[in-house]
Amino acid sequence: MTDSLVTHDRTGARAATRAPSLRGAAIWRRPFFWIIALVIAVFAAVPAVGDNVELRESLALAAVYITLASNLNLMLGYAGYINFGSIVFFGLGGYICIWLVSSYGWSLWPALLAAGAGVSVLSFIFGIGILRLRGPFFALSTIGIIEGVQAFVQNFTPWGGSSGIYISPQVFAPLGGPARALWVIYFAFVAVMGLSLYLSYAIKTSKFGLGLLAIGQNEDAAAILGVPTRRYKALAYTASAFLPAITGGLYFFKGAFIQPSDAFDLTLSTEAIVICMLGGQGTVTGVALGAYLYEELRGYLLTSSTFANFQLTIAGALLLLIVLFFPGGLMGFVYSRFPRLQKVLE
Amino acid sequence: MLGIIASLIDGVLVGLVYGLAAMGLTLIWGVMDVINLTHGTMIVAGMMALYLLATSLGISPYLALPPVLIGGFFVGIALYWVAVHRMIGRPALMSLLSTFAVNLILIGVGTAVWGTALFNVEVSLPGVSLGRYTFPGAHILAAVLAALIAAGLYIFLHNTRTGKAVRAVANNREAAELVGIPTTRLLAISVGLGVALAGVSGMLIGTLFPFTVLSGDSYQLKGFIVTVLGGFGNPVGALLGGVALGLLEGAVTPFVPVSWTLVIEFVLFVLVLIAFPNGIFSTRRGAL
Repeated sequence: MTDSLVTHDRTGARAATRAPSLRGAAIWRRPFFWIIALVIAVFAAVPAVGDNVELRESLALAAVYITLASNLNLMLGYAGYINFGSIVFFGLGGYICIWLVSSYGWSLWPALLAAGAGVSVLSFIFGIGILRLRGPFFALSTIGIIEGVQAFVQNFTPWGGSSGIYISPQVFAPLGGPARALWVIYFAFVAVMGLSLYLSYAIKTSKFGLGLLAIGQNEDAAAILGVPTRRYKALAYTASAFLPAITGGLYFFKGAFIQPSDAFDLTLSTEAIVICMLGGQGTVTGVALGAYLYEELRGYLLTSSTFANFQLTIAGALLLLIVLFFPGGLMGFVYSRFPRLQKVLE
Repeated sequence: MLGIIASLIDGVLVGLVYGLAAMGLTLIWGVMDVINLTHGTMIVAGMMALYLLATSLGISPYLALPPVLIGGFFVGIALYWVAVHRMIGRPALMSLLSTFAVNLILIGVGTAVWGTALFNVEVSLPGVSLGRYTFPGAHILAAVLAALIAAGLYIFLHNTRTGKAVRAVANNREAAELVGIPTTRLLAISVGLGVALAGVSGMLIGTLFPFTVLSGDSYQLKGFIVTVLGGFGNPVGALLGGVALGLLEGAVTPFVPVSWTLVIEFVLFVLVLIAFPNGIFSTRRGAL
């Protein structure tokens, strides 16, 4: 009885480690790599060709959603750990970037990198602490993190307390003036979005990603099979902080203003969760698709007079419907209809 | 020195009300391992019910207690059927998401109807003086009512047939089903009770402090801290945890600006979660 259990586990472990090599050769020889490249190219080219500012703004928001949601997906979709406070990375990144630009006269690019690195270090420290907790207790502590960080920033005078930090429009001068700077920032948004998609994809097809998926299915079993669960979870949490922090820096640099209520806006972290679930948690394509669809829906809701005030309500209703009736999201539906697509669209 | 003692006593009074809020949270967790993320909003619902009843009908604020208790119970049963029932037996992630979604819907409606204006319910009760310090009558009465309701819950859980059945379901749902307990109905009743407790504690908090539609978040966090202090699934522990949190707030208030209290509480929350994942006052699992 015991023997058969052991061999069973061993074969399971071997199959799991061998799986990535079965999926094919180097990453750029797989079709999905080029699908992501195509998405990035479309995002970059379409508004630029017609010099369409309105389309650019809507796609910029979609790019922010895709960045936030696909990084959230590393924890939520892969490891099965729900992070209600993912917006903390975005807001803190914004704060670090704006603070370096306004108080120390840094230019945008090093400030963005510093924001990404600083938030990653912070998230690693948070992660060591709270990742000892499992399942719902982890989720609770992420709610605590968002409340705690927001209360801290509201009282932190170097960051302007509750009134926030303004930066003067002159910071746009090195980027070629405000009008050109907005295009530069847009391309940066798209670049960060592309990096997020590649990060999600690379992690999913790696041994690390398989370990995370194993944690998501059964953490105890994964640990018994030799997945270093603590280290993998901390790594995933830290990795999911870097790119959202950079996007946050870009977002608030673009607006030249940051304050706690915008930086730690509950709406945005909620929307990231809705997007993950809408597209299909744990999939790369689904999250990107969900982000784009949600952005379109939101644009419609904001312009309609009936629904303008009910954005959160509708996001909530959508989430409830998905959780109750379509837990697989859009991609779950697509995979069940066209199983072969599962091999191409991750 | 007397100032600190007065501050501690007031902390205990308010802490009893926090403890009541946390009892609701911990009851639902203890019976079905579901963390109810609508808890903060249900607290606010109690506050708004108090405000509407007290201002529009002009009744005494404390007469709002029975309707809030009964209304909360039925809201909780509705919540069970909408968001929790289908989640039983599915990963914990799903029930977190479904109650989170319901919370979004309620907050969205609440802010659309009332905005984020500050509401205040005037309570005029004579205070009790101790030297130079006066304890507001509202604080004392709220603490007494909270303690009475908590005692009522304890008696219900330990001395009535339904209450014993609730504890049986918390202990082992399959075994409870085997001996003929209608578990689904009891799960619904537990959520109803949990939400009723949230509503009543919100109503009591509403007699102490001004509030907005969004106040629920910070009280929900306090509820989690108390629950964690008291041990998940342990109502008596929750009441003790509430008193502990109140004592902490009382001890901290004279020295630290009020706006930092939440940061301190959060740090404490994470530290306790890490150091005592089962709570400080925890007893064995399923001890409801």
